Amino acid sequence: MSNDKRKVTIKAWRFNAQTDYLPYTKEYKMEVGKDELVLDLMNKIKWEHDGSFSYRRSCRHGICGACAIKVNGKSVLACKQNAIELLDMFNNEITLEPQSKKRAVKDMIIDKSDFWDKHAQVKSYVVADIDPRPESESKQSIAQFNALLDADLCIQCGACHYACPVLEVNEDYLGPAALVAAFRFSADTRDEASKERLELTAQPRIGVWDCVKCYECAEACPKEVNPIEKIGKLHNMQFEQKVAQSNVATRHAEGFVRSIRKHGFLDEADIVVYSEGYLGMYKHLKTAYKMMKSGKIHWQDGVPFIDSMPKIKNLDEVQKLIDISMTNKL
Amino acid sequence: MSKLKYALYTGCTAKQSTPELLSSTLAVADKLGIEIIILEEASCCGASHLQDFDEFLAHVLNARNICYAEKLGLTMITICNTCQLNSAMTKHALDSNPELKARVNEKLAEVGLEYKGTSEIKHFLYALIDEYGLDNIKDKVVTPLSNFNIAPFYGCHNIRPSELHHGSNGGENPYMPTSLDNLIDALEGNPVDYSHKNKCCGFHVELQANHTSEVLAGNALVDAIDNNADMVVTPCPLCHLKMDTYQDDMGKVIGRDIELPVLHMPQMVALALGCSEKELGLNFHVQKATQIVEDASK
Repeated sequence: MSNDKRKVTIKAWRFNAQTDYLPYTKEYKMEVGKDELVLDLMNKIKWEHDGSFSYRRSCRHGICGACAIKVNGKSVLACKQNAIELLDMFNNEITLEPQSKKRAVKDMIIDKSDFWDKHAQVKSYVVADIDPRPESESKQSIAQFNALLDADLCIQCGACHYACPVLEVNEDYLGPAALVAAFRFSADTRDEASKERLELTAQPRIGVWDCVKCYECAEACPKEVNPIEKIGKLHNMQFEQKVAQSNVATRHAEGFVRSIRKHGFLDEADIVVYSEGYLGMYKHLKTAYKMMKSGKIHWQDGVPFIDSMPKIKNLDEVQKLIDISMTNKL
Repeated sequence: MSKLKYALYTGCTAKQSTPELLSSTLAVADKLGIEIIILEEASCCGASHLQDFDEFLAHVLNARNICYAEKLGLTMITICNTCQLNSAMTKHALDSNPELKARVNEKLAEVGLEYKGTSEIKHFLYALIDEYGLDNIKDKVVTPLSNFNIAPFYGCHNIRPSELHHGSNGGENPYMPTSLDNLIDALEGNPVDYSHKNKCCGFHVELQANHTSEVLAGNALVDAIDNNADMVVTPCPLCHLKMDTYQDDMGKVIGRDIELPVLHMPQMVALALGCSEKELGLNFHVQKATQIVEDASK
């Protein structure tokens, strides 16, 4: 047992929605040992400094998902995150914050109803007609379980959901956690609602096409579920199961093949024309004019029958590889 | 120091809408005595969108690109965060999954190639910092950037997911990245500290979720402006395109006037090393940036 304890001042974001007009930050001096967790720091604040400090906690084993908070903007599961590691990461200056300040009820406790609503929307359970008095379990093979790609490890802590920048801007978006659940149950061989879920997750504003690909969710997840990987799988499944409708987002994805086959490179002008359609181009005329003026694009770019695109060397290899490797169609 | 030599994966934008990125990259390499061989055979990385359509095809095409760097026996450097991410993801997937690697190699064999996993993949930013060295860059500065407050914008795909990138980005902390700040320091500029430096620019949903895209980019630029930035600098041409081209649109969406030059990382280095205006290519920016050359020597 090491006696080396680090003397630090921990800051905590404080707010009581019932009595406070504005939030404030308070400092707490304490000593931190090498095996202590962020949860231990919160306990010290509550037990040794201020009994009114509020946070959720339950299992202390990284499985209930109750104690997720943010520290300096980083999502952490308080009962899993080593405190010294975190202090090292931020030069000993850390501030404990709730996952979402705008949803704060008291200190670290937030109103998570938006999170649960999104889960309900994707039917986060196996939809199947089963005998209410079954003779045996409904068994799954190792291969069937592996097809879930660890999506089953999600503990609904909300770390990815409240790290997602899209949800801050677009409240209709399902968000990474609900999309992981949508994948998990759609990939389950017992489930009968996967088409319905894929249709929901294919919708503009709501589904996977609004993901900005920032990887905040992958970084945030304390269980290494890697939500964006599942969002990618849902994209692929929409094409595989013929759920994908032809729209600006799906044509944008599929249009890459068209460009790469022709030039090896992405044709930046063509991909916009192809995705939007000629009628949709009116939205981009002003931008095209600005880009033309500064020499970023040229008048002939995107005009059919005029090929001014650079080509890669050995383009024939790429064309052959597309022909023999591509499996999906729009 | 022995001479550094890299295989350069240009990506698509440097060959089209951001020619200034390629010219400034080559100019910086030339000034620092770094030898560059352009991978003229390399195709598009898929930019995460091809991956959405057909993940396996994306792995095959990215593995083919890496094969050409392997043939040269060189580290493959990238000048686009998204190229870096997608190439590194394919490398990681193939190196950790022998079954997938075999399936990909079966396709590559049809065109006489084999992916081995022998080349590292690194963004030019980290090649400069971790292999060339900040002190060595500092020695070559002829135009210190001390007249400028420079806001570093890191771009998601160089810093997240950190587990994937840590082997090639010096262990950058995605919640408090420092590499670009340190580079600005080395060029004697004043790094601007602001909370959006490691956030998303929204480029990837520009077409299908325009409002989201404008808000994310607009918030980042306004944060830089409010912290007295004279310019933003980014290692990613997609962040550059989003933030440079759409300033009036995002200004309308979030209700603020936004006018701020957005430089590519190699342009900033080229400026400090005294490269020519033609190599800098500031004339290719939508948001006027050509005055920066004159302002630098005031």
